Amino acid sequence: MDALRKRIVEDLGEADANYLRNVVDKQRKLELLGRGLLAVGIFPPAFVAGVGALALSKIIDNMEIGHNVMHGQYDWMRDEALNSLVFEWDTVCPSENWKHSHNYMHHTYTNIVGKDRDVGYGILRMSEAQKWNLYYLGNPLYAVALATFFQWGVMLHDMEVEKLVTGEKRWADTSEVRKKIVRKSMKQVGKDYVLFPLLSGPFAPITLAGNASANLIRNLWTFSIIFCGHFPDGVATFTEEEAEQESRGQWYLRQLLGSANITGSPLFHVLTGNLSHQIEHHLFPDIPARRYAEMSATVKDACERYGLPYNTGGLSAQLGSVAKKIIKLALPWTGRGDDKTPTAAATPQAA
Amino acid sequence: MPTPANPRPGLLAKVGVPLLERLATPHSPDRYLEMINPTWSLREVRGVVTSVHRSAPESITLQVQPNSNWRGFQAGQHVVFTLIIAGVRRSRCYSVTSSEHHRDGLLEFTVRKGPDGLVSGFLHSDLAPGTVVHITQAQGDFVLPSPRPAQVLLVSGGSGITPVMSMLRTLCDEGYTGRVTFLHYTRRAEDVPYDDELTRLAAEHDNVQLLRVCTQEDNDRDGITGRFSADQLEQHVPGWRQATSYVCGSARLVEDVRALWAEHDLEHLLKAEQFDPPAAIVPTDGEITGTVSFSKSGKSADNTGRPLLEQAEALGLTPEYGCRMGICFSCTRRKTAGNVQHLHTGEVTTESEADIQLCVTVPVGGDVTVDL
Ligand code: FES
Repeated sequence: MDALRKRIVEDLGEADANYLRNVVDKQRKLELLGRGLLAVGIFPPAFVAGVGALALSKIIDNMEIGHNVMHGQYDWMRDEALNSLVFEWDTVCPSENWKHSHNYMHHTYTNIVGKDRDVGYGILRMSEAQKWNLYYLGNPLYAVALATFFQWGVMLHDMEVEKLVTGEKRWADTSEVRKKIVRKSMKQVGKDYVLFPLLSGPFAPITLAGNASANLIRNLWTFSIIFCGHFPDGVATFTEEEAEQESRGQWYLRQLLGSANITGSPLFHVLTGNLSHQIEHHLFPDIPARRYAEMSATVKDACERYGLPYNTGGLSAQLGSVAKKIIKLALPWTGRGDDKTPTAAATPQAA
Repeated sequence: MPTPANPRPGLLAKVGVPLLERLATPHSPDRYLEMINPTWSLREVRGVVTSVHRSAPESITLQVQPNSNWRGFQAGQHVVFTLIIAGVRRSRCYSVTSSEHHRDGLLEFTVRKGPDGLVSGFLHSDLAPGTVVHITQAQGDFVLPSPRPAQVLLVSGGSGITPVMSMLRTLCDEGYTGRVTFLHYTRRAEDVPYDDELTRLAAEHDNVQLLRVCTQEDNDRDGITGRFSADQLEQHVPGWRQATSYVCGSARLVEDVRALWAEHDLEHLLKAEQFDPPAAIVPTDGEITGTVSFSKSGKSADNTGRPLLEQAEALGLTPEYGCRMGICFSCTRRKTAGNVQHLHTGEVTTESEADIQLCVTVPVGGDVTVDL
């Protein structure tokens, strides 16, 4: 794995930089197109096309650009506008908060129940290892709500609301995070729900509806992709003890067992920010995502040689598997043990 | 060449700019403006390269038309010049060589092919007119005072000619009547960029004394040979003690000049700019101790005594930098804890929140934290 990483890092250069600049260019054109069409959204075809273009723009901004840039994948370009230190994405979640909960917590402690707060986002029961209680009866309902308002869920994520409820954390501890959230979300709401509608004058309600629809589509899409990354059947979760004192090889192994890929066309991969290559992303979070496809051959090959699972499937299959899990885990009798959980203790020769 | 239009006059700037920013959030409006014209920007100085030519075998001279965010410069100042090479943004410091009074507002830079060669090599072989570059506002206090002094001595070596060339051109353009001595050292006569122009300026202006010295050739076309020395100066520029003096060049030249001026208690009349990076001087009063932490990235390591920029890079961080020798300030970052010392000035900064230049600052006496 380290050798593969080295080979790709040495090969990074102009093509990757041009690729990203090209994606940014496409994204901003889609954005302008979407805004323009929605301004004349009184005509139904313009409305539909406008929502589509704007939703696409937001999806690309969040996934292929935002998520990946904020991972520092393109820091070597030394471009201020595309640097993980300064980049902001088109969602209500401030990048700095996200980088903490995602880059640090989630990527370091992937799928460790109790540490990786992306396991169910502190709202859902996504692993048998999370103890069932009455609250989890609503699991499917919460999932639908989370999917609908996903950007807001991601925004609140770093507040660690569930810890506030249990009293592990005090309200006052969140003031820094809260300040940033308020500032960022006011700007986002201001643009999508006040300024652009106002600019369309008498058609303000139509623009507003269009912007809301685009945000909704983006939410559903990102939720689906992200949940398919870690929660389809066969993806392992870990306990804190299992992950204590693990070696680099064991870390690679946990990333591998804790992630799942989605198959699809090249365009599909772009729209997922190449998170369809979630396995490769977790093994190499700071390598430009467009390289994951080419890296996957080596990873898959290594998995075969060492008899390790390489979890992959089409979007609908993976999504179905996640939905089933969400519903199943709402029920009290789904305890630990009815899923074979590979453990991190397996010999990590693969790395 | 007309100045590129920039969408920010008067009322528009007051209402339009904040509105644009609100609409473009979370991105900068520049991201959209540059779709129309790549030099458009609300605040950044960008420019387009209008001409490129070879001014000496190893030197390339280029002219840049800046956009209207450019606030002008004083002769002797430099900018951080950024362009994209093989996908990566690269920055270097270059002095402006044109006159303050250049009528088209074109900025000229002369770049010598350096040993590192990455940026200068690109400028030499691949730069084409029409390329868009980013530059900062002019920086630096290596400038002529105003009103102008009665006598000016400009000493330069090699590529150190660039800032003093701007000074000479500026003085000639404004009809300065005091005495100007232009003392320039190179290895070979053919290495001098602006050679013809220098000859012409000296011929046209009686008050300009031109002394070109070749240190590796027996060439005394201006009647002077050999390396810089007190005797040489005494003989060719007898009035040097009264002149307001500037020196720009290699560390060796700058040190020799500084030493002579110090010997005569004339430091107040001398301004110096050095062109090659200083060796890291480890403060003599203490051993190298403590830990260096970079708070944003959560990385830390034992202090190695090297400049903080290098220590950050050793940990895999890639902070912005330009000159790597303390003159451009692109590497400036906030230090949140600990004491640091500036390698050039020796100044120790102790206040907890201070902006420091990572490339010329080393930790002293214990732990240091930088917001990076
Ligand atoms: S890089 Fe120029 S001041 Fe540090």
